[in-house]
Amino acid sequence: MDSQVTIPEKHGNEATRVNKAALFYKKLQRQKILQIMALSGMVWLIIFHYIPIYGIIIAFKEYNIVQSISSAPWAGLYHFKEFFQDDSLGYVIKNTFGMSLLKLVIGFPIPILFALLLNELRSVRFKKAVQTISYLPHFLSWVILGGILTTWLADVGIINKVLLALGFIHEPISYLAEPSYFWTIVVSSDIWKELGWSAIIYLAAITGVSPELYEAATIDGAGRFQKMYYITLPMIKGTITILFILAVSGILNSNFDQIFVLKNQLNEVASNVIDTYVYQIGISQGRYSYATAVGLVKSVIAFILLLTANSITKRLNNTSLF
Amino acid sequence: MQTRLRSEKLFDWFNMLVMLLICFATLYPVWYVLINSLNEGTDAMRGGIYWFPRAFSLENYTTVFKNDGLMTAFSVTVAKTVVGTLIHVFFTAMVAYAISQKELVGRKLYLIVGTITMFFSGGLIPQYLLFRDLQLLDTFWVYILPAMFSFFDLIIFMTFFREIPYGLEEAAKIDGANDFSIFVRVIIPVSMPVVATISLFHGVYQWNDYFAGVIYVNNPDLQPIQTFLYRIVALSGSNQIVSTVTGVTKTVTSQSVKLATMVVATLPIVFVYPFLQKYFVKGFMIGSMKE
Repeated sequence: MDSQVTIPEKHGNEATRVNKAALFYKKLQRQKILQIMALSGMVWLIIFHYIPIYGIIIAFKEYNIVQSISSAPWAGLYHFKEFFQDDSLGYVIKNTFGMSLLKLVIGFPIPILFALLLNELRSVRFKKAVQTISYLPHFLSWVILGGILTTWLADVGIINKVLLALGFIHEPISYLAEPSYFWTIVVSSDIWKELGWSAIIYLAAITGVSPELYEAATIDGAGRFQKMYYITLPMIKGTITILFILAVSGILNSNFDQIFVLKNQLNEVASNVIDTYVYQIGISQGRYSYATAVGLVKSVIAFILLLTANSITKRLNNTSLF
Repeated sequence: MQTRLRSEKLFDWFNMLVMLLICFATLYPVWYVLINSLNEGTDAMRGGIYWFPRAFSLENYTTVFKNDGLMTAFSVTVAKTVVGTLIHVFFTAMVAYAISQKELVGRKLYLIVGTITMFFSGGLIPQYLLFRDLQLLDTFWVYILPAMFSFFDLIIFMTFFREIPYGLEEAAKIDGANDFSIFVRVIIPVSMPVVATISLFHGVYQWNDYFAGVIYVNNPDLQPIQTFLYRIVALSGSNQIVSTVTGVTKTVTSQSVKLATMVVATLPIVFVYPFLQKYFVKGFMIGSMKE
């Protein structure tokens, strides 16, 4: 309570300043333990986030392991030019954008549709059961799913057996050895894994819609589809927009865990994305500066995409992240 | 009116059918792995096991549990999941509690410093070099320290803490408790829903992550089970497990042992998540609300 001492005006500016400083000091003293708690988090952020951000400068240097970051000689934009002249650039960019765009176009609306359909189920118990089951794949790691996929997609795997039996194909195909199947495998397994999990947030938004709206619509003679289209969808538009912005800004973040498991030398031209390429040249080949430059190009494009998506949705329907 | 009712009935049936198909498509791949792992490996090579094991056997599992490498990997996973989750949840919640205090000096600055990290990061290589300089490579702590804090989780914690009635803290303050012990003794016990949610999220991350083991660790004794499996799945190295088995009759194959390992690495999480479901659904709702 001692902090609330009133300062008599006649003491003038000097005294006020001294007093303020003293009060500030007292306040700080009082929240000493809180400050230590908060600052420990800041120290962690500085070590594990800001030091690596500073480390990006090696993209402009000729860094090798025997030198420290600061003593390495400058290389200017050399590594960026190197990337843009690299033969792999073409397919790496194509794979990154291609798979992400497919995931966005196909994988983004499906959980919304699933949430809408799930919400229409009349039996609460059945609905709960479907929900619980649909979360299951999210809890499997990509290694496990990779194990399932390599088993199923092998020459002697169940997919080939079924397709052969049905007469769709005449001889078994090694799906993971053929570049032409890679995108399909990646996109569909991603949808399989995250369908139920991505729907949670929409279901939560749908639960928040006031029942009175539906009652009023029923009185006006609206059917179920009309209610879905004119009430549910508009009410969750905000949630959809926010998630869409995040999805667009994440377009360059290919799912590393997924692709790293499914990628092999035979499907390389269809599977190598920026993230795996950075790993390959950085960690496997030890070209740290070059790999960092590639990573930086990616981050800059991703940030521009985020800003663009944000400003477009802001103009279109007044919802935005910031 | 009649036709509308009929079309809605039709829709109900169609909807049920779609949902049942989704459930089947979700469960069947997992079931397939399970039944094939419970079948004799040599017999399974003939294929055609679709619904139930044909030649039931637990030998794949005994092979897994007798393999020292696998058991070490399994205990590394358990250790990193337990230690990592405890530290992550405690540390993140502690920082979140401090920053959630409105009168905290520098609060705005702390929030800005944190928010920036949600949009910018140094990327793979600078991070790798940092861990190397900190001598974290090839240690158990490379799984724990870089993952012990998350600003995103901090926001979820803060949103929850803000709902806690101030009276609780005040009573403890009058009793002379300091802020840290208020956090431990008053805040944590009333925040169990959010603690459970973040624990589940981080626990799943720790349990399932294989990449840290691939990139930061060379010592085979420090490999988690997922990294072990990654090497089997992606680099098909499971022959090593089978060849180390010294038994009389061997009905196991590298494929059947792989499937059994996959089941062992998955079961614990599959058993836990349905019980925490009500928490993480709630956690999602908290997380989806904007500041």
